[in-house]
Amino acid sequence: MALPLPKPIREIGRKRINRAPSPLLAIAVPWLVVMGGSLSPVWPVIASAPVLPPIGFLLLVAWEQLRPGIFPVWAGLPLGLFDDLYSGQPFGSAILLWSVAVILLDFVETRFPWRGFALNWLFAAAVIAAYLFLAQALAQPGLLAEPLAILPQLGLSILLYPLIARLVALFDRFRLIPVREV
Amino acid sequence: MAPTGSRRPGHSRRAQYGTFLNYLLAVAGAAAGGALLIAASSDATVFSGIRGTATDLAAPAGEAGAGARTESQGLLRALGAFFTKGSRVAKLEREVAEARVRLVEAQALHEENRELRALLKLAQSEPKPVASARLIGSTASSTRRFALLGVGSSQGVAPGMPVISPLGLIGRVLEVGRSSARVLLITDSQSIIPVRRASDGIVALAVGNPDGTVHLKLQSLGLNPLKAGDAFVTSGSGGLFRPGIPFAVVAKPTRDGAIARPLSNPASTDFVIVEPQWDEAGGDPTLPAPAGAQ
Repeated sequence: MALPLPKPIREIGRKRINRAPSPLLAIAVPWLVVMGGSLSPVWPVIASAPVLPPIGFLLLVAWEQLRPGIFPVWAGLPLGLFDDLYSGQPFGSAILLWSVAVILLDFVETRFPWRGFALNWLFAAAVIAAYLFLAQALAQPGLLAEPLAILPQLGLSILLYPLIARLVALFDRFRLIPVREV
Repeated sequence: MAPTGSRRPGHSRRAQYGTFLNYLLAVAGAAAGGALLIAASSDATVFSGIRGTATDLAAPAGEAGAGARTESQGLLRALGAFFTKGSRVAKLEREVAEARVRLVEAQALHEENRELRALLKLAQSEPKPVASARLIGSTASSTRRFALLGVGSSQGVAPGMPVISPLGLIGRVLEVGRSSARVLLITDSQSIIPVRRASDGIVALAVGNPDGTVHLKLQSLGLNPLKAGDAFVTSGSGGLFRPGIPFAVVAKPTRDGAIARPLSNPASTDFVIVEPQWDEAGGDPTLPAPAGAQ
């Protein structure tokens, strides 16, 4: 199923002869999308309990699974740094966890290259669960007695993942629209 | 193209070194994250400057969304209220009638209180608010509970100032940027607030829970006197918050205190008020000076 795009946007990529994707869009869009997800604390949602999924992290995992290698292996450092500025976690937690996650996703890509979406989803669910638990442990050292508090957030994140993957696919199509005349 | 399962890009030495360098950078990045984490845990204020600048930059976007948030919350509540209208109107009318009588009594008490205070030559102690602003966002995906506020040091906001909504205490300012501030909500696990029961002054410490409630820990041991529905207000000890700010209502008594639901809901609050620290406002003149003040 293809998500319908507005007509003017569809018209942009129609002329394919003598056209190529803009390198600026092709490179910048994945970074900007993940950073936009990291900005979720300034979205108009105010919660007194942690319920919102870590949108930036979900987008990062979805990009890595849709287009392995689109981010360099060290992408966890700059993207995690940006996330740390807004997330409210202790500074450095996203740098550490996102770096480890990108290395792990890269390892899985080389070790198990043939995967369907169900397997991707299962693996993403495991990565997200580990991320949420470790993030909680880093944010509140000594408070491990209450891992139940993040279960609603975990369930929501796992259920939201296919939607995020679909969104990333949409942005991927947008990124590769042939707009540049050659 | 079928993936090869190998990270080796080919025979080019240059490309091989490039790949190796990428992995080296990735591991160094993870190590840097760990080092920053240790630095942050030893002194939480190290990164407040860079965070303040970052929230300053993002604050305009948050301001734009804040109005829409409160409006949508109001709309949802109006839709929900439509279905239970009849029975609730009757109940509310009865409550309003009772509340009117209470209001008259309260006015009389207020007047009497003013006269008594004048007799004792105590100053009226409602501190003047520093600023009023919108909450523009919150760290909804982290287990730490912070909110972002649309005013900062240029409006006179400083760390430690209490943030109050019309319904009760929201939290206190933790870090300030030039035009934005980070508020530690009362439901954060690092927030400890001295409170007392409104009816008889039993003191307790309120610690935030990760699920959006607060845990009231009684100061005195013995039989737990708390019941569901008891209202708590701030007690004013500790010097940050003035006494008598509405705080929370007990939901479920536990062995050492109670689980309570905060009265203020940051999500549906339009404007909040930043008040000066209680200490700076002169302290409570009925108490002796704190130890070491002379």
